[in-house]
Amino acid sequence: MRITLTVNEAKRELEIEPGETLLELLRREGYKGVKKGCGSGDCGACAVLLDGRAVNSCLVLAAKADGRKVVTVEGLADDEGLHPVQQAFLEEGAIQCGYCTPGMVIAAVDLLTHNSSPSEAQIREGISGNLCRCTGYVKQIEAIKIAVERMGEGADD
Amino acid sequence: MIGAAVLRPDAIDKVRGEARFVDDLAFPGMLHAAVIRGTVPHAKICKLDLKSVSKHPRVICTLTANEIPGENVVHVIYDDQPALADEIVRYIGEPIALLAAEDRTSANQAVKLATINYEELPAVFDSLSALSPDAPTVAVPAATEKAPNLFNAMRIRKGDVAQGFAQADVIVEGEYHTGYQEHAYLETQGAIAVPELNGAMAIYGTMQCPFYVQAAVAKVLGLPLSKVRVIQTATGGAFGGKEDVPSLVACLAALLAWKARRSVKLVFDREEDILTTSKRHPSIVRYKSGAKADGTLTAIEVDFVYNAGAYQTLSPAVLWRGLMHAAGPYRIPHVKIDGRSVATNTVPCGAFRGFGSPQVIFAHESQMDRLAERLGIDRLEIRRRNALQIGDETATKQRLSESVGVLQTIEKAGRLAHWEERLRKVEAFNAASRDRRRGLGISSVMYGVGLGGKAPFLDKAGAYMKLEADGSIGIAVGTVEMGQGLTTALTQIASEALSVPFDRIHLAPVDSSRVPDSGPTVASRGTMMSGLAILDAAAKLKERIRTVAKDLHIPKNEIPSRLKEIAQAFFMRNLDPAVEGWAQGAPVDWDEETGLGNAYFVYAYATHIAQVEVDLTTGEASVEDFVAVHDSGRIVNHQLASGQVEGGIAQGLGFALMEDIPQEDGRLMTTGFTTYRIPTIRDIAADTKVAFVEALYSAGPFGAKGLGEVPLMASHTAVSRAVAHALGAAVNTYPLSPERVKGSVA
Repeated sequence: MRITLTVNEAKRELEIEPGETLLELLRREGYKGVKKGCGSGDCGACAVLLDGRAVNSCLVLAAKADGRKVVTVEGLADDEGLHPVQQAFLEEGAIQCGYCTPGMVIAAVDLLTHNSSPSEAQIREGISGNLCRCTGYVKQIEAIKIAVERMGEGADD
Repeated sequence: MIGAAVLRPDAIDKVRGEARFVDDLAFPGMLHAAVIRGTVPHAKICKLDLKSVSKHPRVICTLTANEIPGENVVHVIYDDQPALADEIVRYIGEPIALLAAEDRTSANQAVKLATINYEELPAVFDSLSALSPDAPTVAVPAATEKAPNLFNAMRIRKGDVAQGFAQADVIVEGEYHTGYQEHAYLETQGAIAVPELNGAMAIYGTMQCPFYVQAAVAKVLGLPLSKVRVIQTATGGAFGGKEDVPSLVACLAALLAWKARRSVKLVFDREEDILTTSKRHPSIVRYKSGAKADGTLTAIEVDFVYNAGAYQTLSPAVLWRGLMHAAGPYRIPHVKIDGRSVATNTVPCGAFRGFGSPQVIFAHESQMDRLAERLGIDRLEIRRRNALQIGDETATKQRLSESVGVLQTIEKAGRLAHWEERLRKVEAFNAASRDRRRGLGISSVMYGVGLGGKAPFLDKAGAYMKLEADGSIGIAVGTVEMGQGLTTALTQIASEALSVPFDRIHLAPVDSSRVPDSGPTVASRGTMMSGLAILDAAAKLKERIRTVAKDLHIPKNEIPSRLKEIAQAFFMRNLDPAVEGWAQGAPVDWDEETGLGNAYFVYAYATHIAQVEVDLTTGEASVEDFVAVHDSGRIVNHQLASGQVEGGIAQGLGFALMEDIPQEDGRLMTTGFTTYRIPTIRDIAADTKVAFVEALYSAGPFGAKGLGEVPLMASHTAVSRAVAHALGAAVNTYPLSPERVKGSVA
């Protein structure tokens, strides 16, 4: 089966296998930033934006992405640099082994796109589907708060 | 540069999704491996039929034990674990045969085509049953002790405990149980074996110990060590789980690559990883403590048993560290400790952050609280009164001569937590609340940095350093970055030592062919040992740089700013710009018979205080507030160090409250993160304070000791003791699940 989708703003026409998940398709196509942590939708490492909302790509059949827009972690930075969430993760020490980072960043971007001033409780809720075994989450909360501030400043300009 | 805030050089790739982990890599012609595993806990293999597997159109080859070109062992400590079971399987999930296919889906399908017939043997699953005289024998002949299923027995005898207990005004006894803890690194185990020229084999993989992998692969393939090259890929968490297991994973991939003469990738899925790889040893710890009326400890008597699983792997070392840490950071004149690790028909247990110490820490800290309660002494105060200080003797009669910060950690943690005021507030809350109760817990620990007196030959490390023609510095070391921040800390150490800017230094991922065997990246030794090797290399390189600078009439103070000019002179004059550094741990010794000696060259310390709230109706305990104070000597990078502490707190919280793998007749009953629950962002405290007291260690790099494991060791007992305080009831078994908490209330 052939599907057409947009990945990181590039239009792609791709042949997919029956039963193939979006995670498998994206990784097969070289988007290796999308990580497999469990394959059962429990860890969030494979999160991507599908039409602007974070989904666990291991639970989405590739066929369901036909005609839709996908953004992976590779698509967040632009010519001007990292996304504010990525930059804040970097500066606040929110990255250790880095395996959960792509999914966590995607979840945070989803959160901030739909809520420009989340409370700490909403931040926790927003990335509660992303497991991290290294950091204890403290610095990720801080990083997201800082990204919120900076994105707010940007919006005022 | 030491203590400075710098951005970790590996984080930029990770945050952009560009870091390459093992499953992100591919080699030309690469095949995909799958493992055919045993499905019964103990049996004779009567028939192994792989004909249907071989007929699968995408399968390239299969491999069984009798085809192994070298020795059929996974070399760790004692060579008792086969790479592939031959005749007997000893645990569910043990590898029996291998296959390689053109793609991963076919490989996984083909596994199901194998036919194995078993003649089942009697099996045993828990350590106490395994020790009974009529238990079926699990252990293979390499077992070191005479009793059936007893892998190892070790002991400490100091003073005379009968006399110590006679001097005590109060004696408390307790029995403590902990179960499996799974590492749950987000990246599962994996390796790629790549045949190289002249019969050599390269291994790419996620790991902590490249030199363990090198030795294991050489042995199983019958190759000289020089023909096995190990390259560590970006490693998605490890926590001890990638200490010994990657040796097995690499051996299996290498065997197939050898047979197929093609590259072979083997990556475990989550279920396979949870069911078949090492865990924290389930434990039973019996503990008797005596103290005088003023709280002074007089004696302890400890007897503990760890369920090691079907093969020894790292159990002797895990047991030894448990033994060395069973007394805690306290002065105790009379000590008797016995530890045993026992063979059962279960998955082999191995290294996990803390390495045999968290189980005994749960016991020693619970005992301290119970003594305090009996004596009417504050729990922080009884720790303060017994805390080791410079000049004191440890449980193994080691005289501590420097860098003992435990007392400062207790006092600082007390201040940061406002201990007494908070105790009053907790009591006031509990007096006013019917179905919610709060509790405070405190836990102090000590940690022997490095591998210690049982394996002093492992405490070495090398560093290769070269001055490039543009004045930048390239460094290779033998200990790995696995998320903890070692690359950053070592670059800072090199930057400080060489007076070269941080971003002009590049530390390459580990390649075993570039540096001598530098021991494993375990035991919180990376910063110290590779840091010392870098300091040694830097001293040698600086001397050469000075000589050339002098020749160029460059004054000493201008060397850093004119390093490019000097490097150019090295290049133009054909001078040797590369050096090697080497480090050895300070001497340690340990006597097998008495268990006494200078067990480790230095110790790190910590005190944690946790506040929890327990919902008595649901049994759910939640951590509200956390204070962690550590003495790890000089802190090279505060952001990384606090990240280690915060991560260790979460992992300890999971150990104490939620992480559990039920086992039924040798079968583990959790297969993924749906049932094996680890802490999420919702489980961590609203407020976490991390602080350091820096009791410098004169032989460490700029006074640094070790940190990585200590946070988990301290945190779980701060949490469990807080639950005990909230409930006003004994808490003797992990995890403190809602069901168990409700049981204690009832």
